[in-house]
Amino acid sequence: MVILRKPLHVIAAIAIAMLPLFSFANVSVDSVKNESHEVHASAEVHHETAAEPQDKKAKVDAYIQHHLQDSYDFTFFSDEKEGKHYGFSLPVILLDNGLKVFSSSKFHHGETVAEVDGNFYKLYHGKIYKTDAAGTISYDEHHHPTNAKPLDFSITKNVVSMLFASALLLLMFVGLAKSYKKGPIPTGFGRILEPLILFIRDEIAIPNIGEKKYRKFMGYLLTVFFLIWLLNLLGMTPLGINVTGNIAVTICLALFTYFITQFSANKDYWMHIFWMPGVPVPMKIILMPIEILGTLTKPFALLIRLFANITAGHVVIMSLIAMIFVGKNLAADLPISLGLTLFISIIEVLVAFLQAFIFTMLSSLFIGMAVQDHHHDDHH
Amino acid sequence: MEGTLNLIGAGLVVIGAGLGLGKIGGSAMDAIARQPEAAGKIQTAMIIIAALLEGLAFAALILGK
Repeated sequence: MVILRKPLHVIAAIAIAMLPLFSFANVSVDSVKNESHEVHASAEVHHETAAEPQDKKAKVDAYIQHHLQDSYDFTFFSDEKEGKHYGFSLPVILLDNGLKVFSSSKFHHGETVAEVDGNFYKLYHGKIYKTDAAGTISYDEHHHPTNAKPLDFSITKNVVSMLFASALLLLMFVGLAKSYKKGPIPTGFGRILEPLILFIRDEIAIPNIGEKKYRKFMGYLLTVFFLIWLLNLLGMTPLGINVTGNIAVTICLALFTYFITQFSANKDYWMHIFWMPGVPVPMKIILMPIEILGTLTKPFALLIRLFANITAGHVVIMSLIAMIFVGKNLAADLPISLGLTLFISIIEVLVAFLQAFIFTMLSSLFIGMAVQDHHHDDHH
Repeated sequence: MEGTLNLIGAGLVVIGAGLGLGKIGGSAMDAIARQPEAAGKIQTAMIIIAALLEGLAFAALILGK
């Protein structure tokens, strides 16, 4: 049986390895067919077949761009032929001479002008502009709209996703906290969470911040870790959520780290920034602006890393899925596309954890730098 | 033309990041082989350095776009 099974594995592996070859063969056959077809066909038809993939590519491009941006409605999928969007509208909240609250269904996905109390608003490239009744948008010489933009506090797709993640976190951790009342060992889902919390404490917080001072920062570190991780994982679901791949969200998270670091910093930290001890005076003057810049580049690296990693992951997965629609031969493209998507998705699950871990790790590293006691009496 | 230059720049960034990651990974492998009992600490340090490098590479890619 064992001997029988092994050759089967080998044959299966070879068959899978040969799949790309089959697909290449099919494509060449296909192109030969196409050529013969094109020879017979008129120039007009030839033009059409050449134009179609380009159009598809542009469509895929627009779709990916749309996915990466925040939107005013939660669309799961849409039927292009009927022009129907399946999903639900979200409330739009504008501050423009008083509070204006209305449903985003009034925009009809940017196709119509929304009228609220005599004011007209139009959705243009994902942003709300104030317009007249006809919805005209005027442009400056760089083709930027010059219409007034009302202050926007809308519950957008990202806000809904974050609220959902927060509710989920609250549910999980309140459950865990309650289970400690019954005894020292958590029950149910808390058994998964407890080791993670201990991991954050023992592997991230204590080594970086120090045994004495870590407690104050555990709340922030745990929150940021679980929020980023959960949002990254939600981005892997087919709901079309992309929160941590939105630069505004990562800027906000990095700002939290920045302010916590600066406000909890001790005397030593500020002395090392403004008047580095142990170096000659001219060097101190040169080091001061560099150190001040250094405090800003650290959170900047944090926000860029998270944003770029998640955005890159989403773009890669969507591009690989798009291979099915752009390619000419469905039978050949489908297994390749699905296989690669599966492979990248598995890597993305790892990246989702890794990015949450790195964000927490570096946050605690920066906080640790700011709060640690320096023991430098003689050297330096 | 500008698009092509951007692509070349992106390629250079990726080459640089690849060299850096290779060096970090190789050194970490050496270190773990010498002191297998310190593997955990070495891995953590390796991931931090790799993340810093990656942040730099992404910053270049995004600023270049």
